[in-house]
Amino acid sequence: MLEIKNLSARSEDTEILKGINLSVKAGEVHAIMGPNGSGKSTLAHVLAGREDYEVTSGEVTYEGQDLLAMEIEERAAEGVFLAYQYPVEIPGVSNKYFLKAAINSIRKYQKQPLIKTSEFLDLLKSNLAKLGMDKEMMERSVNEGFSGGEKKRNEILQMAMLQPKLALLDETDSGLDIDALKIVAEGVNALRSPERAIVVVTHYQRLLDYIVPDFVHVLSGGKIVRSGDRTLALELESQGYAFLEAETASA
Amino acid sequence: MIVTETTSFQEHFERIGQTESAGWPDWVTELQAAGQRRFSQVGFPTTKAEDWRFTNVSAIAKHSFAIATAAGDARLATELAGQATLDDQAVRLVFVNGQFAADLSDTATLPVGLTVRNLANDLDADDSIATGRLGRQAAVERSPFTALNTALFRDGVVVQVADGATIEPLVQLIFVTTGGETAVASSARNLVALGRESRLRLVETHVGAPGETYLANHVTEIELGDNAVLDHHKLQGDSIAAFHIASTHVSQAASSVYRNHYFAFGASLSRNEILCYHGGEDVETVLNGLYLVSGTQLADCRTRIDHAMPNCRSYEMYKGILDNQARGVFNGKIHVHPDAQKTDAKQSNQALLLSDDAVIDTKPELEIYADDVRCTHGATVGELDDRALFYLRSRGIPESLARKILIFAFANDVVQGVKVAPLKKHLESILLADHGLPNV
Ligand SMILES: Nc1ncnc2c1ncn2[C@@H]1O[C@H](COP(=O)(O)OP(=O)(O)OP(=O)(O)O)[C@@H](O)[C@H]1O
Ligand SMILES: [Mg+2]
Repeated sequence: MLEIKNLSARSEDTEILKGINLSVKAGEVHAIMGPNGSGKSTLAHVLAGREDYEVTSGEVTYEGQDLLAMEIEERAAEGVFLAYQYPVEIPGVSNKYFLKAAINSIRKYQKQPLIKTSEFLDLLKSNLAKLGMDKEMMERSVNEGFSGGEKKRNEILQMAMLQPKLALLDETDSGLDIDALKIVAEGVNALRSPERAIVVVTHYQRLLDYIVPDFVHVLSGGKIVRSGDRTLALELESQGYAFLEAETASA
Repeated sequence: MIVTETTSFQEHFERIGQTESAGWPDWVTELQAAGQRRFSQVGFPTTKAEDWRFTNVSAIAKHSFAIATAAGDARLATELAGQATLDDQAVRLVFVNGQFAADLSDTATLPVGLTVRNLANDLDADDSIATGRLGRQAAVERSPFTALNTALFRDGVVVQVADGATIEPLVQLIFVTTGGETAVASSARNLVALGRESRLRLVETHVGAPGETYLANHVTEIELGDNAVLDHHKLQGDSIAAFHIASTHVSQAASSVYRNHYFAFGASLSRNEILCYHGGEDVETVLNGLYLVSGTQLADCRTRIDHAMPNCRSYEMYKGILDNQARGVFNGKIHVHPDAQKTDAKQSNQALLLSDDAVIDTKPELEIYADDVRCTHGATVGELDDRALFYLRSRGIPESLARKILIFAFANDVVQGVKVAPLKKHLESILLADHGLPNV
């Protein structure tokens, strides 16, 4: 589904990603871990199409297409979804309008009939209930004045409404209380299917207790320095990233 | 001395010699003569004057205007007035080229406590409301355009609300300008007086023949008694080739509330001044504005609030959206007098520049002579928020729609501040038409 080959990217004159290789197949769940500032969010943003970063080398293939050549909205319409580490506040635009605009933009792109208002409202209602969100929040401006945890839930709500093929979750667990973490994890697990893939960026094993990954990768200094199965996450949990330094020192 | 071109108005003054004033009382004749003298003396301002530094009116000075006396294209005026009508239940007064058009107005049933008249009639009446009030606030020395309006006015509106009266229906004033073949100068002079404990909702709509060049130069004086509440809305939708100059002078007695919502879409050059004076304690002034300009339009918004008494509040929010080579000028003066302790004044002004060639000159001016006050002001000038744009697009929303959504959102909170439902709907439809937010 997603094939990242030797991807390097920079912001102005700082190299952030330095040759990333990653292959994600449909049906898989991948976890990316790594120290602060190692480039995890940058990778997610580059995949979503953020123009602040310049791709200096490498290629990304998504469903057989050149992802990097696609417009931001095209990527989303083709099923790529990024749940942001820091969701943006948009004063003056209601959540409801925003969600409906997103769904129908994607439907238009896919040449499908637009969603009916009643169908939209039913879908919204059931997803709100699943995520334990108040429907009054939908009348409020996108993320404006939302608490940290509410913003994260709102990201998952958007994901549930848009049903992406490839979901990239950037630290969706940070800022969530324990109950919210379970609810959000259930939301993510509900999306799991043989046709979809999920990449979760996290610092904590806790989330991976609920969303069990098939693969775990460690990103450090803009490179994937180790990959393994879920036991790698457990190892990191107990030992931290000290081994990275040891490996670098011995190299 | 700076020589300014005032030929057309000067010739007019010379031709008529002493301003003839339709048999009006001597004090009116004197007031108009003072306006004429003042204007003849100072002429149109140039950009050398501090108050006019960013607003070049040489195009007005160079142009010749006929002094509008009667309706131009009557059919067009009727059509424009019809389009501007917001609410069938409203008390409606229509002025064409500054003169009252009774046949287009609806003043048949007036609620108890409301008096509406055209100025020409009021000045003839035994119980004239304007007498002793007109010219009290808008001094001819303050601005050349005030002097010009004072010299030239022949009519305008007079609204009075009796003590204790709450006026349910909306009062809508529609000013239509159309000269047909000739460019006209229209000078309405308006007076609004609210008694103690009274309430009124007023909408002023300015429209003109599309594409016509004309000068609309209006002056409005407003007096609010103790505890009076006035919600004043002004929609400036003049012809894209027109000049719109207006000043609104408000004097507020104790515990009165004045809210002004200004929306500017039209005119090649517009300048709207609002001057509020607090004459008692516990006064509240709310000034909200939105201007949407493109092409080579210029919108100049100025406000001045005189906090002359203690314990008063003023809240001000102006927003501008400027495209192409449009220019905006915002000047917000807050003058806190030495006695005005516990003043609470907030001012914010934000401009959204949609093009590299659009320009905004913004100048908050806080003059504070009291020590126990809270005054804040903030000005932001920017483009659309890149992060918000990216966020919307990353959810599948095409860039063009994402931009529209963000522009609409920026303007929308000023519109949502309007509590008059038909006006709010009308404004939304203008916003939607210009910066269309499709039904999704
Ligand atoms: N737009 C930018 N301009 C300059 N530097 C940037 C920019 N974006 C990211 N960086 C830098 O790139 C590095 C990687 O940032 P990134 O946000 O990708 O880290 P991260 O792995 O997500 O960290 P965290 O775990 O703290 O979220 C950091 O040093 C960061 O300061
Ligand atoms: Mg990050």
